[in-house]
Amino acid sequence: MADEVLFELFHSEIVAFLYRTTDKEDQDQCIAKLESLGFRVGQSLVERFTKDCSRFKDDLDIMKFICKDFWNSVFKKQVDNLRTNHQGVYVLQDNRFRFLTQISNGKQFMDAAPKYLAMACGIIRGSLANIGINSVVTAEVSAMPACKFQIQLQRT
Amino acid sequence: MSKQASRSCDPRKVNGELFTLTYGALVAQLLRDYEDDEEVNKQLEKMGYNIGVRLIEDFLARTNTGRCNDFRETADIISKMAFKMYLGITPVVSNWSAAGDEFSLLIENNPLIDFVELPDGHNALNYSSLLCGVLRGALEMVQMEVDVKFVQDQLKGDSVTELRLKFVKRLEDAVPVGED
Repeated sequence: MADEVLFELFHSEIVAFLYRTTDKEDQDQCIAKLESLGFRVGQSLVERFTKDCSRFKDDLDIMKFICKDFWNSVFKKQVDNLRTNHQGVYVLQDNRFRFLTQISNGKQFMDAAPKYLAMACGIIRGSLANIGINSVVTAEVSAMPACKFQIQLQRT
Repeated sequence: MSKQASRSCDPRKVNGELFTLTYGALVAQLLRDYEDDEEVNKQLEKMGYNIGVRLIEDFLARTNTGRCNDFRETADIISKMAFKMYLGITPVVSNWSAAGDEFSLLIENNPLIDFVELPDGHNALNYSSLLCGVLRGALEMVQMEVDVKFVQDQLKGDSVTELRLKFVKRLEDAVPVGED
């Protein structure tokens, strides 16, 4: 049972490592790499996590699950605000996002925010994918450590 | 419609799995990127070192341990406190060398290798190399230069994972790296 601190240091080391070992001109790939890393984690995580669950009723039910139980286990708190336009776009707002709390409280280091959110986006996308929903997940920060995740469900 | 069963789940457990799974995803990514087991070992070790350097601060702040008088005390603290606190396991300390400067940590249920199976053709890969780096980095920050290496690995069919720690030398108080 790994301690929280260990995971947080590990996460920031992964980010630092990818940026350290990638050439300057290829650094846009890092975000994609972190995202795919997270995707894989989310996929297996949700599989273990929902094995004793009852079936989900609809999309909103799944989103509630993500906001409450999933968020609680992975990010140590619940999502503070969930909004939707009822057409497949969900916005999850977290006012104190776990990976950002140690970085800054305000507008400092804003350029660094995307790389610390990429893996989280991947985790969310991966878990939704394994529940059976394709989606596009993006993150947006206006002032740390608050953060908004926008989930766009893809209908096929 | 029937009432939904609660989806409660132990957050601490999930947190542990989160770490394990993230580690697995990382190793897989590194194997794709480097295609060479030795190089992956090296990179994992380096990442561990960077984590250890920072983790020791957290450890000292939370446990109130003072300076160790000898290497035996260090071994005890590593296995009974540090491993317990961060990974929830207590490795057995054994195989002391006569001079008391070398010992083994026997890890029976390494949390890093849950759900892991090593595919063929990766005999040189030390999957849990991160641990070596963490130990080396953390001990370096308390002025001990230590050599850490794998002797046995459960993923390669051994019954336990064995890490060998060898005390190299005591580092003198020096200016931190990167400052003149």
